[in-house]
Amino acid sequence: MVERFGAPPSPAPLPPRAEPTDLSRDAPLGKTMTAPVKTDKLIEGATGAFEVIVGMEVHAQVTSQAKLFSGASAAFGAAPNAHVSLVDAAMPGMLPVINEECVRQAIRTGLGLKAAINLRSVFDRKNYFYPDLPQGYQISQYKSPIVGEGEVLVDMPDGETVKVGIERLHLEQDAGKSVHDQHPSMSFVDLNRSGVALMEIVSKPDIRSAEEAKAFVAKLRTIMRYLGTCDGNMEEGSLRADVNVSVRRPGEPLGTRCEIKNVNSLRFIGQAIEVEARRQIGLIEDGETIEQETRLFDPGKGETRSMRNKEEAHDYRYFPDPDLLPLEFDQAYVDALAADLPELPDARKARFMGNYGLSAYDAGVLTGEKESADFFEDVVRAADGRTRDPKIAANWVLNELFGRLNKEGRGIAASPVSAGQLGAVLDLIADGTISGKIAKDLFEIVWTEGGDPKAIVEARGMKQVTDTGAIAAAVDEVIAKNPDKAAQAKEKPAMVGWFVGQVMKASGGKANPQAVNALLKSKLGIE
Amino acid sequence: MSVDAATVRRIARLARIAVEDDEVEHLQGELNAILAFVEQLSEVDVTGVEPMTSVTPMVMKKREDVVTDGEIAELVVKNAPATEDNFFLVPKVVE
Amino acid sequence: MTDPISLTLAEARDLLRSRAMSSKELTEAHLSAMAAARGLNAYVLETPDKALAMAAASDQKLAKGEGGPLEGLPLGIKDMFATEGVRTTACSAILENFVPVYESTVSSHLWRDGAVMLGKLNNDEFAMGSSNETSRFGPVVSPWRRKGDTAKLVPGGSSGGSAAAVAAGLCLGATGTDTGGSIRQPAAFTGTVGIKPTYGRCSRWGIVAFASSLDQAGPFARTVRDSAILLRAMAGHDPKDTTSVDLPVPDYEAAVGRSVKGMKIGIPKEYRVDGMSDEIEALWHQGAEWLKAAGAEIVEVSLPHTKYALPAYYIVAPAEASSNLARYDGVRYGVRVPGHDVTEMYEKTRAAGFGREVRRRIMIGTYVLSAGYYDAYYRRAQQVRTLIKRDFEACFEAGVSAILTPATPSAAFGIGEKVSGDPVEMYLNDIFTVTVNMAGLPGIAVPGGLDAKGLPLGLQLVGRPFDEETLFSLGETIEQAAGRFAPERWWA
Repeated sequence: MVERFGAPPSPAPLPPRAEPTDLSRDAPLGKTMTAPVKTDKLIEGATGAFEVIVGMEVHAQVTSQAKLFSGASAAFGAAPNAHVSLVDAAMPGMLPVINEECVRQAIRTGLGLKAAINLRSVFDRKNYFYPDLPQGYQISQYKSPIVGEGEVLVDMPDGETVKVGIERLHLEQDAGKSVHDQHPSMSFVDLNRSGVALMEIVSKPDIRSAEEAKAFVAKLRTIMRYLGTCDGNMEEGSLRADVNVSVRRPGEPLGTRCEIKNVNSLRFIGQAIEVEARRQIGLIEDGETIEQETRLFDPGKGETRSMRNKEEAHDYRYFPDPDLLPLEFDQAYVDALAADLPELPDARKARFMGNYGLSAYDAGVLTGEKESADFFEDVVRAADGRTRDPKIAANWVLNELFGRLNKEGRGIAASPVSAGQLGAVLDLIADGTISGKIAKDLFEIVWTEGGDPKAIVEARGMKQVTDTGAIAAAVDEVIAKNPDKAAQAKEKPAMVGWFVGQVMKASGGKANPQAVNALLKSKLGIE
Repeated sequence: MSVDAATVRRIARLARIAVEDDEVEHLQGELNAILAFVEQLSEVDVTGVEPMTSVTPMVMKKREDVVTDGEIAELVVKNAPATEDNFFLVPKVVE
Repeated sequence: MTDPISLTLAEARDLLRSRAMSSKELTEAHLSAMAAARGLNAYVLETPDKALAMAAASDQKLAKGEGGPLEGLPLGIKDMFATEGVRTTACSAILENFVPVYESTVSSHLWRDGAVMLGKLNNDEFAMGSSNETSRFGPVVSPWRRKGDTAKLVPGGSSGGSAAAVAAGLCLGATGTDTGGSIRQPAAFTGTVGIKPTYGRCSRWGIVAFASSLDQAGPFARTVRDSAILLRAMAGHDPKDTTSVDLPVPDYEAAVGRSVKGMKIGIPKEYRVDGMSDEIEALWHQGAEWLKAAGAEIVEVSLPHTKYALPAYYIVAPAEASSNLARYDGVRYGVRVPGHDVTEMYEKTRAAGFGREVRRRIMIGTYVLSAGYYDAYYRRAQQVRTLIKRDFEACFEAGVSAILTPATPSAAFGIGEKVSGDPVEMYLNDIFTVTVNMAGLPGIAVPGGLDAKGLPLGLQLVGRPFDEETLFSLGETIEQAAGRFAPERWWA
């Protein structure tokens, strides 16, 4: 008979674990303990220098039509609760069914992070109560994520390449949204975002400064935009970061870290790290201890403040979601996805340097956005199959085009000058039809008015004059009008520049400057 | 393993169920009775045994990435106690 | 003319098809019976208008010689199933007047096949219970009484309303759900047939979730044949339920009457528990004899981890329930008790909306999942589950077709008799049935006889995964030998 409880048996109880079941606290330290200290990144406190250790948890919204476990739309900006199915609203009896594209996107991203892809992973329920979490749990992955360890190479502006380790990537549901400022005592809850697929990408604590952190997130964003797995649109919330910050004097053990949640711009990531590091340094130097806690960055006040009620540490009671099965696929599935990946940023940059002879810096800037790299290559590779000079093309794209775009706050997608048009301008310079200076004027016309560059040159008579006869006449005229200077030029050859300027002015800028120069030199008797 | 009154309160808070002072002791007794009953599981040798992850073994079926649902805001909020303009209304969260 | 409410579902089906009776007559007869039986409290919501409209539509089809397998047949639906436009509460105060805008997959199959809905049936709150005494609508009174005694008895639970309604002729069949025995135990208590199919056989979509890895829907009926007819309609793959299995649904009715000659029937020695009543022991023995007489071979088998199923169940089920019931928070549906902030609102709403048993199970479930206890409790219970399943697999591999056990440790008891301070006492009712949910196997309860006080006792058969057909064949054999049992109509 089954034991009645009247005299309860008392076998030795299993001791409970001391720490809560929060995975991020268990994250291995990677190279943190043994990495050399970057002395140029230390922050000066009142009593000495401190090293800042940063790890990040980036939440990236998966690019997909529908949500992770429901068929409602994942698109941004709908009317309240319009993109909500009964499953998202957690009606009684509703069940999750996984979206295969979200699985593929996670695998692709993992491949882009050079990470291990786990052929078997498990979805767990993370249980807590909040109005924007209708089920009272979030479906996430705890002990067995879909993607394991990987790495991101981050190019810093000074030429340093920082290797930031990736701990893992897992799939999880996003929560809905609560609006608190529409009513004095009530919050408005919209579940449109509830259930949208997120990839949580956890870095190892390999980051040592605010600049490195921003560059890391920017690189992550670039990789995912290349892959098409996340649009990285921080204003719309497609990409957000939780930033873990701790400080220590060089050589000492790791300090206690604080987590700054939901930072949604690169600028704020940098500011939050600076502000939090200084806060912790200040406390340490005052002889106080750092409490491990969650904080929020307030950009208005330029400070972080504690978020969670201290007595209520979250106990998420993770367990495998019994409405789902383990996620399984074979290596062939992964290999097929790998074979179809577009060229990734690092590879593209290396190719630009190798094939086009661009500098690391220029190649880096061009490949920073897939669209810029595409634009550049569309300029280099003409529609008829010709190849244009890549260095000249790079120069024009980086300086003229990007300069103008930045001035007007536009992205490359909104460029009024197409790659074809820019290429046509470069062709006109290359075949001598116009000078470099005239080309800049031409670029401006195409930018503001549009049109075919060749036709514009024809219509406005912008061709440079190369006919030596015509140039000779202009040269003779200028020399004749300035006999004193002409005489001086023999002693001071540099004066030819002034003459070139005069001839160019006289010709309305159309004379071929090289031809003018050559002719002047010979006529003035300069070598 | 048995629970004390403080644990009962902590669990009730985790479960978001209000427990009155005069209920705690009784609840404690009931929970301990159940825990005592399940304690016998510690007798079982589970070395090397996988926890059950799928009751009926099969590969998880996946859905195609097509929007097949939503655009039913009125139905979604229909049974709610408090709404405005298809938002759910709740008392504010105290951070 | 036979009293319409004494017909079996199969008989009624044949009469409707031959137009000897109309669905309208059949439905009206049931509605009258329901009205006369309100004292049993089997129905928590009657839907007479809907029923008559559906009956009329069925009669139109039948007149043309058309119609589905269940055309015009009136059924009751356990209040755990979402029924579109019809209040669904899981018999809990927390769902108050919730009216779903959707229909559960299983009940939608019944309407697809032409059945008529009489109303929603009572159950233990959130399907948590073995006596239907925890319902917000009050207990169900069993149509069965002890000989010479007017004491009110429980019909079993959680599907007490379904079992009582079928036994009392208040519907031709009913849906139930079974998580730890909630179809089989009440079937045994009421002399009806109840089957819990293999996990994944029926869709869980639209059924209020209790314990996701254990819940299964299944039919109640007065005969094995009726049960087979209903299961065929209810079963089937559902792409909206990831745990539902993509296997074709056999014609279960065809298995009813198939020979059981040569089948090996296992008698598990661990089910012979101390203090088991002589009557139950005797019935078990009798069941084995009946099957032997029909040509089956009886073998003793061992399922060594049997005794751990119940404690493991009382970890796994509450754990999953604690998470499944988190959505009942007063935000999007159901009752809301105001609070000065959202946390207070949650706490007051849930304290007011959930009954004692539900609160208790949520608390236990929360505890066994909490930090530091997950490995010792939940993970361990899931490991024990693997062992329980392996025990059965070993038997089946050795050639056993099905296992025969008693369905319950006792006959039905009195209302209020077991609501003592000790929650575990009630849990022991499920001791023979939980093993089957833990292993995900199909199990059927078939009436075997009456005890000395005239109350039904049931036998349970446990089968191989997706081999409900064998259970129907064996069940029919027992039914032929044991006969059918109906309570005296004392309430009308």
